[in-house]
Amino acid sequence: MPAALVALGLVKRYGDAEALRGVDVRVDEGELVGLLGPNGAGKSTLVKIACGLVHPSSGSAEVDGAPAGSARARAAIGYLAELFRFPGWYSADELLGLHQRLTGSSGGRGERNELLELVGLAEARDRRVEAMSKGMQQRLGIAQALVGSPRLLLLDEPTSALDPVGRRTVRELLEELRRRGVAVLLNSHLLSEVELVCDRVVILYDGRVVSAGRPADLARPGGVEIDTDDGVRSFASAGRDDAPAIVADLVAAGERVYGVRVLSTSLEDVYLEAVGGQTT
Amino acid sequence: MRAVPVVIAYSLRESLRRKVFVVVLLLTIAFLGLYWLGVVRAFEEARGLGGPATEGVDLDVVVGSTLFGLSMFATLFLGAVLAVFLTLGAVRGDAELGLLQPLVVRPVGRAALLLGRFVGAAAVCTVYVLAVYTAALLITRAAGDGYLPDRIVTPGLGLAAAVTIIAAMSLLGSVFLASTANGIAIFMIFGAGLVSGLLGQIGEALQSETLESVARFTSWVLPFEALYQAGLAAITADTLGFTRFAVRLGPFGGAQEAGPLLWPWALVYLCLLGTAAVVGFARRDL
Repeated sequence: MPAALVALGLVKRYGDAEALRGVDVRVDEGELVGLLGPNGAGKSTLVKIACGLVHPSSGSAEVDGAPAGSARARAAIGYLAELFRFPGWYSADELLGLHQRLTGSSGGRGERNELLELVGLAEARDRRVEAMSKGMQQRLGIAQALVGSPRLLLLDEPTSALDPVGRRTVRELLEELRRRGVAVLLNSHLLSEVELVCDRVVILYDGRVVSAGRPADLARPGGVEIDTDDGVRSFASAGRDDAPAIVADLVAAGERVYGVRVLSTSLEDVYLEAVGGQTT
Repeated sequence: MRAVPVVIAYSLRESLRRKVFVVVLLLTIAFLGLYWLGVVRAFEEARGLGGPATEGVDLDVVVGSTLFGLSMFATLFLGAVLAVFLTLGAVRGDAELGLLQPLVVRPVGRAALLLGRFVGAAAVCTVYVLAVYTAALLITRAAGDGYLPDRIVTPGLGLAAAVTIIAAMSLLGSVFLASTANGIAIFMIFGAGLVSGLLGQIGEALQSETLESVARFTSWVLPFEALYQAGLAAITADTLGFTRFAVRLGPFGGAQEAGPLLWPWALVYLCLLGTAAVVGFARRDL
């Protein structure tokens, strides 16, 4: 089975400005990949190329083995734009019905009910979009993206308008999608969220991939801290495997140990290092 | 193309929900009310005229065709307003609002999306134009003791086709221009078409071949104007003698027939507009 998304050497120019300068990205089946980077790094452009909204200047992108933007590729994706709006007069149920007809989904009412349930809008199925809060509209947008059981879900800042409860709902939803084998490319500024749910992260900066890998692999050891009678003792060069021996030595030396912390760099540290602390 | 009916239904629903539809309906009611008052008074006053100056002139035909010509102008104008407002933001405007992207990423095809939007807008405009045209016809007939124009069907269809062309022009403009710029551009083109029609009428009155040539050329470039002019000419197609002479002195009396190639050209023109819109939309980044 082909990968959900393969982008090779993607370049996108807008006049003299280069939004992407040769980006390679791969998302496999059931994989949840986080796309990180400062504003203007090219994240949204990459997502838009994947769903056929933007044409690459050079390079290639394939979705489910078909050229991005082709009818077959579009049939395999679900997409939630960063800035989107639905006609205000549609109810949640009607909007999903419209997208069922556009995708050719035969899921009917059952699929609509399941999706609304999944995003926590089961009680709002007959509520018009114009009467929904921004957070509800964003959750409806995610449900809309899931119509037709897409193989690849492209989410551009899906939690930007959500409160903490809504964000947790989306996190749980993403984990459920992973269990179902849906591949997700998640473009988000929320590093903690990406760190919690993503299998891999890709960090873009200035149109290039500057770091990529599993969050755990990208993190580096940051030492060991031990709480003792004399306060916190730091062992900057130690790692997780060194902790038992250090504790044993301290106890043998007559110190009382109250706690041990194995430190590592967070995704935020990795991100800031990768982008040089830049924001635009 | 299986999604075209879905997009048409979406467009129709959107059309009926837009406030502009209510505004146009109110304007239409106001226009038809004023038209009814004007026509009744004009026929009454015309019947009061007499004497040698009006001998051989059928005043009911003169008054009826002139006022009905006015109603055709108003119908074209109101139809153009509706057509433009239903389509001016269909691509770039909707994309800027974020309304378009969720639809475009579906396996629908940009051409089908555009076709659905066009058919939806054209259907609403056609029904609207034919309804107003028929209402004006009935009002004129009732006030004019059974007055009917020489041709009834062709002028109405011509107006509907003219407004359909304006809708297609606006849809094409929406691929390249933001909503406001597109609206302004289309109304300027609409105005240019009307001015060229007036030039043609003036040219005929002054026997100026240059003015008539300019008007003819513009009519082919902007066939909505030629369709309107042909409709105006058709409502007095069988009127002869002094009555025809009196009609030609009126503001709508100098209209020119465009000949048998007008309708085929209008169809080709629509296809050209559609092709340009589809090609432009296909290449556009959203």
